[in-house]
Amino acid sequence: MTILAQLVTSFIASSGFGILFGAPKKSLIQCGLVGMSGWMLYYYLTPGYMNTVPATIFAAMLVSVLSFICARTFKVPIIIFNVSGIIPLVPGGLAYNAMRHFVENDYTTALELSAEVALLAGGIAIGLMFSEVVREIVRKLAPRK
Amino acid sequence: MINAKERASIEKVCMIAGKIMLMSGAETHRVEDTMHRMARAFGVESAQVHATPTGINFSTGVAEMNSFLRISKRPTDLNKIAEVNKISRRVTAGELDMDEAYVLLREIELAAPGYTPWVQIVAAALVSGCFAIMFKGEWVDFLPACLAGGLGFVVMFYMDRLLEIRFLAEFFAAFVIGVSSYLFVSNGFGMELSKVIIGAVMPLVPGLHITNAIRDLVAGHLISGISKGIEATLTAFAIGAGVSLIFAFV
Repeated sequence: MTILAQLVTSFIASSGFGILFGAPKKSLIQCGLVGMSGWMLYYYLTPGYMNTVPATIFAAMLVSVLSFICARTFKVPIIIFNVSGIIPLVPGGLAYNAMRHFVENDYTTALELSAEVALLAGGIAIGLMFSEVVREIVRKLAPRK
Repeated sequence: MINAKERASIEKVCMIAGKIMLMSGAETHRVEDTMHRMARAFGVESAQVHATPTGINFSTGVAEMNSFLRISKRPTDLNKIAEVNKISRRVTAGELDMDEAYVLLREIELAAPGYTPWVQIVAAALVSGCFAIMFKGEWVDFLPACLAGGLGFVVMFYMDRLLEIRFLAEFFAAFVIGVSSYLFVSNGFGMELSKVIIGAVMPLVPGLHITNAIRDLVAGHLISGISKGIEATLTAFAIGAGVSLIFAFV
């Protein structure tokens, strides 16, 4: 039941972000699916199998590869898919908690949380770079006609 | 060799394509790539393009005259990026000449956003509610998060028009979210304050700037990457400060 709720909410959240960013109407479903896959991988990996940072890296990798495939198949810029797909992985909650502790003068906890936010953002960066790697490999191995 | 008149119209077409893409939130390396391809399709082999989030430089050759364009407003609209992409594909395939491309690009530039404000507000509200659930909230937090998120987005939308300073609009929107979530939860509408707030601020999160900053940095566009990263950091700071302000009062 919780899995089903997560599937549905992450789908709606990602395609909703597609609307906020003005993505083409035809791509909204794909945006939702990309975001949903990334989030479900993250949800499956944490906290049972690994820490949040490596889980974010793997989920972002999945998002970037799926976005790459969608962009290739539907011949639209990759940015449409990876922007809305990556959103569920953005550490909004942690950043909020960090800010809140700053306001409450609890600087030790706030700095701890900020460091984690920075690491997660870096993890997203690494994951997103992965699509560049795939693109180069595809270009070198299968040159365009 | 191309004559001066041709050069002027090539510059016009490439500039308008670049302008639409930058204003809609494309990565700078994609903007430069598109302008390059279009210029080559029109017979300019060594076009020089330099795009940053706030302006474009373009010349048809190293020793040629340089044209410059300032970008001031950047409302995100991914649909326009996709449309320009289509035009540029047709141009490189030789299906469109300069004048046709210019007319089509001009149409894209003037086109209204694909979604009306109402649709966007509803989407923002739904996104907020869904995020409250995704961050392990209970279903009782769904509706309060929807309402607070929708309210925050409305404030953001109108403040942005009123103030024309995006960071301040984000700050006030986040403040409204903080206050309304606090009022909801303290009156028994919704259970966990932090889940409601986290869900409701998600529509304001600068996800596009973060991904763009990374893509640009990786592609070697250091100035654009850093400036977009700063934009994302400032936005995050504005949201964080706005939302946490409520805790200074209670």
